[in-house]
Amino acid sequence: MAIPKVIGTETEYGIAAVGHSDFNPVLSSSMLISTYAGSLRRIRWDYEQESPLRDARGFEPVQMREPSEEDLGLANVILPNGARYYVDHAHPEYSTPECASPRELVIHDKAGERILERSLQELHQVLSPGQRIAIYKNNSDGKGNSYGTHENYLVDRATPFTNIVRDLTPFFVSRQVFTGAGKLGAEAQWEERGRHRYQLTQRADFFEAEVGLETTLKRPIINTRDEPHADPDKYRRLHVIVGDANMCEVATFLKLGTTAIVLKMIEDEYAPDLSLANAVASLHEISRDITCTAQVRLSDGRRLTAVQLQWEYLERAHKYVEQEDDTPDNREVLSRWEAVLSTLESEPLSLARQLDWVAKYRLLEGYRERDGLAWSDHKLRLVDLQYHDVRRDKGLYHRLAATGKVERLTTDDEIERAVMEPPEDTRAYFRGHCISKYPDAIAAASWDSIIFDTGSDTLQRVPMREPLRGTRAHVEDLLARSPAPADLVELLQS
Amino acid sequence: MPQEQEQKKIQKKSGGGAEEQDAGQVKATAKGEKLKEEMDEILDEIDSVLEENAEEFVKSYVQKGGQ
Repeated sequence: MAIPKVIGTETEYGIAAVGHSDFNPVLSSSMLISTYAGSLRRIRWDYEQESPLRDARGFEPVQMREPSEEDLGLANVILPNGARYYVDHAHPEYSTPECASPRELVIHDKAGERILERSLQELHQVLSPGQRIAIYKNNSDGKGNSYGTHENYLVDRATPFTNIVRDLTPFFVSRQVFTGAGKLGAEAQWEERGRHRYQLTQRADFFEAEVGLETTLKRPIINTRDEPHADPDKYRRLHVIVGDANMCEVATFLKLGTTAIVLKMIEDEYAPDLSLANAVASLHEISRDITCTAQVRLSDGRRLTAVQLQWEYLERAHKYVEQEDDTPDNREVLSRWEAVLSTLESEPLSLARQLDWVAKYRLLEGYRERDGLAWSDHKLRLVDLQYHDVRRDKGLYHRLAATGKVERLTTDDEIERAVMEPPEDTRAYFRGHCISKYPDAIAAASWDSIIFDTGSDTLQRVPMREPLRGTRAHVEDLLARSPAPADLVELLQS
Repeated sequence: MPQEQEQKKIQKKSGGGAEEQDAGQVKATAKGEKLKEEMDEILDEIDSVLEENAEEFVKSYVQKGGQ
């Protein structure tokens, strides 16, 4: 049965050394995160005028010095906005707090970018000029390596996983036409390199299976990871690895909003059956075709384009929303979804304000025309990469945004707020406010629990197994009445 | 400059019923020119922030260990 879609994204950011070769991405990622966390503590000192306290997680605030060896276990922090910011393999990774709507998640996804940008600024203050770092919100280094931008959706545990696989796969294969962030060239091992000049997505090349547990090689379109971080009898957390990192807000909104509605239809057994004859091949074919006119074969013999497949989902979604889930948020998703599909059918390249692959393609074509560049020119590769630079004064997407060339759904004020404030309508509210209010009393925090050190003999564990409990409505008052964590624990237990 | 020249050319040619069609041509040309101008503006903006040494920069970016 359809349940509310609590959603979040995890983004692995690319990290690069600029102009120096002895670069350790694991160490640098850790320093990046530690330095940011340290900067938050500096802010706290100013307000409270107390002497610095050691952080309960075991590292001392970074002042104008390089972190010592002890500081650098792999950094892993929970932030005041309820997000998790940590080193994953050789990347800084940012997991947004849980959000109850796609729009809220767009705001928090953007807040993540700001945090990475700010981390970079803070880190550069302690590094020497010859040690510059760059951070990219993308999925490909152009050298055969890929890293993910994952989406997470709360799904009813009772929904058979086979139904999810059957009905979501054609959706993921076809949604590439608006979720793709664009990429120069190709990196498939089974095809001649560079044969395709530009493709819709960063990730398609790295997907070789339909279903599976892998995330680092032979990646599957549907990932079977089963770590709900919530009551496992009621909930599944669907972990989606097939998407691209988006910079455009409309693309991000559509990616999340459409997928959420399709999942609800799947939970209610209302999704259309569009099984593909060869999903992996279709994924690649659709990514390679920037005209968006390539047809793929369904199991029932029909041949449809990606846009036609999407129309099938949208038509069904219209009826579903009308009958079951008529909210303003859903209406906005449907209306934007329809507008984008119509334009993809008539003039895809006019969607530069909404879709990353188009915005990027138009830049590349602009350079080619003006400077007479071949597709293999390094300048174009640089444009492909720097499009995703998180710095607002240097990143190409951000320059487009600053000069009014892309459509915004959020305001800068909303994004700034989300850097420090959690969403109000999920358990992230409780987590974020506990971190802010009792930073020195938190022994450990995870997605589904917080462990307090209240000063008594035993640590107090507060479980948070319901993603929609612990909202502002539930706990604001409790927090206000609890100057110390021991008070909070007592109130929660009563 | 090119836009003005185009307009002059079209104005010379026009007369009678051809005016509407020419107005349409002027509009289309004007739109094309506007788009080109916009793109030039965008490219100038991007030029000012693009890293130098594209080849070196791109070659040195290798990112292992991702999901």
